[in-house]
Amino acid sequence: MEFGFSEDQRLFQQTVADLLANECPHEAVAEAWKTESGQVPGLWEKLGELGILGATVPEASGGLGLDEVDLVLLLEESGRRACPEPIATVAGIAAPLLAEVGGDVATQWLPRIAAGEARVAVGLAGDRYVADAAAADLLLLQHGDELHALAPGDVRLEAKPSVDGARRIYDVTWTPTPASCIAAGTEGAAIARRAFDRGAWAAAAQLVGLASELLDMSVEYAKGRVQFGQPIGAFQAVKHHLANAKTRLEFARVPTYYASNSLAHDLPSRALDVSTAKALASDAAHLCFRTALQCHGAIAYTYEYPAHMWMKRVLVLERLHGDASWHRQRAARLLLDAPVPSDGATR
Amino acid sequence: MDLHYTKDQDAFRAEARAFLEANVPSGLPPLDSPEGFPLHLEWEHTLFDAGWAVVDWPEEYGGRNCSLLEWLIFEEEYYRAGGPQRATQNGIFLLGPTLLHFGTDEQKSRLLRKIARGDELWCQGWSEPGAGSDLASLTSYAERVEGGWKLYGQKTWTTRGTFSDKSFGLWRTDPDSQRHKGLTYFLVDLHGEGVQVRPIHKLDGDEGFAEVFYDGAFVPDRDVLGEVGRGWYVAMATTGPERGLTLRSPGRFTAMAERLRALARERRDVCDEGMRERVARHWMEAEAYRQVGLWTETRIRRGEDPGAESSLMKLHWSELDIAIHETALDLLGGEAETAVANGEWMKGYLFGLANPIWGGTSEIQRNIVAERILGLPRK
Repeated sequence: MEFGFSEDQRLFQQTVADLLANECPHEAVAEAWKTESGQVPGLWEKLGELGILGATVPEASGGLGLDEVDLVLLLEESGRRACPEPIATVAGIAAPLLAEVGGDVATQWLPRIAAGEARVAVGLAGDRYVADAAAADLLLLQHGDELHALAPGDVRLEAKPSVDGARRIYDVTWTPTPASCIAAGTEGAAIARRAFDRGAWAAAAQLVGLASELLDMSVEYAKGRVQFGQPIGAFQAVKHHLANAKTRLEFARVPTYYASNSLAHDLPSRALDVSTAKALASDAAHLCFRTALQCHGAIAYTYEYPAHMWMKRVLVLERLHGDASWHRQRAARLLLDAPVPSDGATR
Repeated sequence: MDLHYTKDQDAFRAEARAFLEANVPSGLPPLDSPEGFPLHLEWEHTLFDAGWAVVDWPEEYGGRNCSLLEWLIFEEEYYRAGGPQRATQNGIFLLGPTLLHFGTDEQKSRLLRKIARGDELWCQGWSEPGAGSDLASLTSYAERVEGGWKLYGQKTWTTRGTFSDKSFGLWRTDPDSQRHKGLTYFLVDLHGEGVQVRPIHKLDGDEGFAEVFYDGAFVPDRDVLGEVGRGWYVAMATTGPERGLTLRSPGRFTAMAERLRALARERRDVCDEGMRERVARHWMEAEAYRQVGLWTETRIRRGEDPGAESSLMKLHWSELDIAIHETALDLLGGEAETAVANGEWMKGYLFGLANPIWGGTSEIQRNIVAERILGLPRK
């Protein structure tokens, strides 16, 4: 029993943290709100050079051949910096999906993902919109039990506004054809279920990072802000808000790490472990967001202070790939309605 | 990351399971009742004689030298098999570890095996009528006499005081001292002269509490634990582990969540989507505590000190315990009112309502999290 990360895993985390601290400060996130692409100029290439985009691409295809346990801390860091680049979609969902599908589509796209040359958008059955579809070189879309690979020219996009100004989301209209189908039937459904679980887990990891940063910002603010002649962080009302948020956060962080292992080894408990992580992380991040707003007071209710960008990312990710309630209901099906397939009930 | 148990650990689990399934008594009356207490003690004797009472203690004191991980496994199996609350818990989880750390060899060899077997029952002597959360304001005191000390004052909310033989606690030995200084940790015989114990019925109706009056009770020098005047530091070592994994192990809550799951499956007809979500939420929170236990165990093995993080755990399970019981009572509907026998949900609910109060209230725990983990200013 060794429930912890290796030195290499912590080192990779630190490298990504350093890169994002330099290349993706909150000013860069604010800038991404204003641009058409929602991207931070040059960041995608740097992430590619670091290897994070190809982290889960098999070594034979030019990637690092890592798994979810290696990736989770990196996704947490991308959340901590509210990084607008779709690391979670590409490294968390698309690359493992393509590797499982195999064949020509994998041969063609995995090396390009690993090289940081391809952006991939993913639309699974439960997703209302597809993020970053306009900038994508490839779209992976689910249709029932089938998965399809489409070129940007094969779909019609309608841009939608997002509460998170750094997100570029679209209604995608498309027609599945035998030529675009890359997996179907039982196999297609199983790959789609795993992709969904990876999406939920990757959202949980980012939520843990976002919530950690919101909490850190709030603690720093509470130490420095003086009212009634003392730092507001010395008042018990403020302390207890922050202590409650911290408690919930730590009891979401560990399950998110735990679910990484279940995904990496595709354990029978995978669906239950992912739902546990996503439900707890969604609720914890929501509490941290509310706590951050309350402990900062009016300043966090403005665009003058960066916290609002973190809060809005939380509002999106807590709902993405199933909100807390959805995941509790799925867990209830697994816990109370035997027999249910243990790798997750269909939506 | 490797979340497998070793073959030896699996074998340990299997051995514990086999013993517990064959031996755990069922249908015992409440622990804190005159009829129930002796039966619970008998069970403690059985556990000890088979080597299962204190698996993590050294063999010379009746343990198996087990690691923290094996202790967590044992606890999972104990509560999975429906084992009753431990009658010896103050002795085995609080005093025992403190004795192992601060006790003299003479004290250890004289006391530990009796603690573990339940041959001597121990209770805590911390709270006083005027000193609850603010324990350092205590006013009980001891006077130096030939060969030892005479104790004076009143202790209260003494869990299982009515049934106990001895008490451990703090008395002020330096009359000129303030707060945390000048206190001494004493081991007191409750059956001796100058001690009076008055039972107090707790919220669940049992005589689980007592107040204890000391009027010149004699404690020989050999029953001072640690240095005279350094009692606060010894006591903090006693209250440290109780806040984290050891006094309320994860296994207790995973077993409780499984019981709730079984109840929800039985009562499918009253289990709407909202109720199903509540059951799933509690199951997840119990599972999260199990995972945090494993995470913490690895960190301790790697040489880290989780320290004040035990407060995060106590905050988590204090509320989880209550929430699981409230959902169970809602599932029982009208029958909740009568579920008062030992082991039933209303009885367990009333018992669990003490969690946010004892061992440092939830407010004290939040202060600890805020100040020692988040680094917020005390004043």
